[in-house]
Amino acid sequence: MSTSTSLVIICLHEKEVDFELVPVDLFAGEQKQPHFLAKNPFGQVPVLEDGDLTLFESRAISAYIAEKFKETGYDLLRHQNLQEAALVKVWMEVESQQFHPAIAPIVYQFYVVPLKGVSPDQAIIDDNLEKLGKVLDIYEARLSSTKYLAGDFYSLADLHHLPYTCYLMKTTAASVINERPHVKAWWEDISSRPVSKKAAEGMTFGEKCTLKIKALLL
Amino acid sequence: MAAPVKVYGPTLSTAVSRVLACLIEKDVDFQLIPINMSKGEHKKPDFIKMQPFGQVPAFQDESISLFESRAICRYICDKYADKGNKELYGTNPLAKASIDQWLEAEGQSFNPPSGALVFQLAFAPRMKIPQDEGLIKQNQEKLGKVLDVYERRLGESRFLAGDEFSLADLSHLPNTQYLVAGTDRGELFTSRKNVGRWWSEISSRESWKKVVQMQKSG
Repeated sequence: MSTSTSLVIICLHEKEVDFELVPVDLFAGEQKQPHFLAKNPFGQVPVLEDGDLTLFESRAISAYIAEKFKETGYDLLRHQNLQEAALVKVWMEVESQQFHPAIAPIVYQFYVVPLKGVSPDQAIIDDNLEKLGKVLDIYEARLSSTKYLAGDFYSLADLHHLPYTCYLMKTTAASVINERPHVKAWWEDISSRPVSKKAAEGMTFGEKCTLKIKALLL
Repeated sequence: MAAPVKVYGPTLSTAVSRVLACLIEKDVDFQLIPINMSKGEHKKPDFIKMQPFGQVPAFQDESISLFESRAICRYICDKYADKGNKELYGTNPLAKASIDQWLEAEGQSFNPPSGALVFQLAFAPRMKIPQDEGLIKQNQEKLGKVLDVYERRLGESRFLAGDEFSLADLSHLPNTQYLVAGTDRGELFTSRKNVGRWWSEISSRESWKKVVQMQKSG
């Protein structure tokens, strides 16, 4: 299950939205075929179809779902409070611009590289763990004053960290989280939400990744 | 009458200029407070309180304090929806979703290689840091592939998210300005017919011309 697809599925579950999962075979390169490129010209997963709307980029998809279904399920965007909503946006960008670039290469080395019969590159892992450590030092300070990233409430900003961190925690690199007490406590909290636990069960690398999601209108 | 919003940072910063362009498009009054990065002002405790990663810009709107330029832009567009360019972030959820999609593409696919090239080609020489030819070549190739996707898209659509200039296009202005006007790699953009047409159109908007003027006199 691709991390980006998991992200969207977790969001759909938190919002209690019905959806249909349409498999796309990544190992057969289906995402680079013309019929898929017509949906996402970058040839990446996932893609959302909701009526006439076709959407790619998992963070844009999750924001769309959280906004469209803001009155149902868990309040991921804090839309009724301008200040809280603004902070959710800030920490969503922090995940996107600071956290993701450091964690993605680590997960890639541990999980994707071996699938090609190559050993993980320890230099890349170490280099990015150092970067990730510096980012998490800031998270540690932040989470010493608020329970979650955007404030004392779970939000889409925290949710965006789930898929990659879930994979990281199964490797020796987990220490980068475990060494920081507030980050560790935050991780234990967000990963033990029922929706998070259910999604973690579906996250095993190497399977046919389900990529195209059709959200059914309520 | 509300106090002007505050933007902290140097006009030469790509992220700061992203926010300035958005404020000018939205006709929102602002006060620019310069931050001298060569003197390390962005690493001082007072600044870190506003931006824990010690990066620019930081932003304040009365009691709301934000960072991450794309989050700041989204906030400005949401709060001041009725001011200035009302189409900038879409006037309906479908338009907004399409804009978010391309804003994410900018942040995830366009920014890493273009940002690396801006640093290597425009900033490193000024900072007397040796250029890394390997990184330049690698990122030029990556950016070329992204621009091939843009070339196809901009053959179907006047702007990235549709027929109107949006926050998604705006977000590309800062890095592209440096590459086209400040380095010898502008042909990455100008040699692609549709990308070249698009660049010409978005960079000749009054709002961007004002930002460039601020950069020259700042």
